[in-house]
Amino acid sequence: MIQQIYTGLATIAVGVGLALLYFYGSNWLLDRLLPQGGADARATRNIRLAGAIRPWLFLGPAIFALGLYLVYPVIATIQLSFFDAAGSTYVGFANYTWFVHDSNIRAALLNNFLWLLVVPAASTFLGLVTAALTDRIAWGNIAKSLVFMPMAISFVGATVIWKFVYDYRGADQTQIGLLNAIITGLGGRPEAWIAWIPWNNFALMVILIWIQTGFAMVILSAALRGIPEETIEAAVLDGANGLQIFFRIMVPQIFSTIAVVWTTITITVLKVFDIVYAMTNGQWDTDVLANQMYFWMFQGTPDFGRSATVAIVIMILVIPIMVWNIRNARRETEGH
Amino acid sequence: MADLILKGVAKAYGDVKVLSNINLDIRQGELIVFVGPSGCGKSTLLRMIAGLESITGGTLSIDGRIVNDLPAAQRGIAMVFQSYALYPHMTVRDNMAFALQIARKPRAEIDAAVDKAARVLQLTPYLDRLPKALSGGQRQRVAIGRAIVRDPKVYLFDEPLSNLDAALRVATRIEIAQLKEQMPESTMIYVTHDQVEAMTLASRIVVLAGGGISQVGTPLDLYERPENEFVAQFIGSPAMNLLPGEIVATGAQTRVKLQNGGEVLAAIATKDGDRGMQVNVGVRPEDMLPTEGDAHVFEGEVEIVEALGEVTLLYFKRVGEAAQVIGKLPGIHSELRRKRVRLTADPAKVHLFANGRSLLYR
Repeated sequence: MIQQIYTGLATIAVGVGLALLYFYGSNWLLDRLLPQGGADARATRNIRLAGAIRPWLFLGPAIFALGLYLVYPVIATIQLSFFDAAGSTYVGFANYTWFVHDSNIRAALLNNFLWLLVVPAASTFLGLVTAALTDRIAWGNIAKSLVFMPMAISFVGATVIWKFVYDYRGADQTQIGLLNAIITGLGGRPEAWIAWIPWNNFALMVILIWIQTGFAMVILSAALRGIPEETIEAAVLDGANGLQIFFRIMVPQIFSTIAVVWTTITITVLKVFDIVYAMTNGQWDTDVLANQMYFWMFQGTPDFGRSATVAIVIMILVIPIMVWNIRNARRETEGH
Repeated sequence: MADLILKGVAKAYGDVKVLSNINLDIRQGELIVFVGPSGCGKSTLLRMIAGLESITGGTLSIDGRIVNDLPAAQRGIAMVFQSYALYPHMTVRDNMAFALQIARKPRAEIDAAVDKAARVLQLTPYLDRLPKALSGGQRQRVAIGRAIVRDPKVYLFDEPLSNLDAALRVATRIEIAQLKEQMPESTMIYVTHDQVEAMTLASRIVVLAGGGISQVGTPLDLYERPENEFVAQFIGSPAMNLLPGEIVATGAQTRVKLQNGGEVLAAIATKDGDRGMQVNVGVRPEDMLPTEGDAHVFEGEVEIVEALGEVTLLYFKRVGEAAQVIGKLPGIHSELRRKRVRLTADPAKVHLFANGRSLLYR
């Protein structure tokens, strides 16, 4: 363990050192190759030339890394999606035909759609409500920290926590799951929550909502504080009550922020994998697209083509939301 | 449209007293202006009347009803904010209609009220625009329109012109004056730190200082008969000169010998016992005239000349720790720089203050 931490630290030190060396060294080399002293035409030309080259020199490593780890995989994945299970024979659109007709995929798509409907809406709504309420109380900051805390937990970690909440033991055993313990404590009958079709899907969604509410709350709380106090006072004088002020004066003024939060969570939801994988691995009708992608890549009989096809479909679903999100964010910053 | 009475009104944040013992009787149809230096509590007082700040002492009544604990919306007041406070996501029409929509007034009535206000304020072509597509002056007119539409008992204005540029400020000031003329029975309270606004708009001015009322009166009252040194120096620009001296002769007119060597006659009656009293002689810069004769209220070397065209301001060199004396002559007098100038004052325009209070009000 300690050994690994040392290795990690050493890697960071070496990496940062090399990066510094590269930036400093390449800059030094550029200045050497294109001397910029003096006032003659050559020096002027060199200054301009060096100015044109330097950005590429500094951006180079980043562009290279992005290309290697982002652009190339996308292209390779698109390519793989047109090949067979082993990735060696071209099969045209066969994988896509399979995708459209496969019943497991259809079930996963349906679940993804459910997630899309529920999680962004619930997280944004709860985030908005907690933001508005915590702004009004003295211990609001403590409440905010508590609500935000799950953001710091990895999806798998959160799932493990919630496994203890949903845990089910045979009817004659002691229930160690929090939910079942409460129910049996109140004299009810324990339930196997994660196998309870179709409600188990919602049990999984609760985990992501639990995580994302903190994110929504922090962003929306900042937006709420940006609303000019006078517009709220004017509404008070105009006779609006608390709810009317909230829904007719405050929410419309932060609408673009709400949209950004909503779409950001939507993208997270489209990619949801860890929670499903760690909790049910897609059993009991809880499968989602990302889990199907993982399944075809690493479990059962590996099929690179099908896995790549699922990956491409997820990407195509995310892109329009991403574009809209970025455009929205850009328009908002233009306003300032 | 109502009378508004403040009795012993006070405001404290914990132990910090911001305002105390404010007594004011505002009659229907008046335009009252609150002026005072920044931090004097004028905006706080306005917000207390509006119901945006709680009243921690005394009573506020509108139309004979005590409204201390009445929510802002039910007091029948409308407020125009310094920052306009328009709802940025609503069109001009919706901004003006919002209060009536909240009150669930019938659609036709709302439209009629909005259209009428828009006509008065020349906003009809802009009704479907958003506030961000309007100029500063137009936004301020929308804010005023939002108040008019509600037909309130009292209009409150919180420094409504301070976000506008100089030219627009003059134009909008005149518009507000005209608006008041069109609605003679409406009561308005107007907060400003700009004394030109105060002098031109007010039927009465309330000067606030140090958490209390310094003087209440018509603009000319405050200019001609200030009750104390603070008001004397706050109203008028440049501020009134205060010259320390001692009463040497009493009667229907009072003669004061000044510490700077000058002497002045004031048309203020004093009693025999006042002889020897230490006083400050107040003379406004515009009330001092150059003289060749011996009798003078002030003599000194001009340090700086500011020729503004219509008038010339003379800044005299300070002697010791005395405050700088300023003169104001009609016309252009650039030639007076570095010259010694001797000034006299009309006895009718000389003020006398003892311990900061005017001898007129003893």
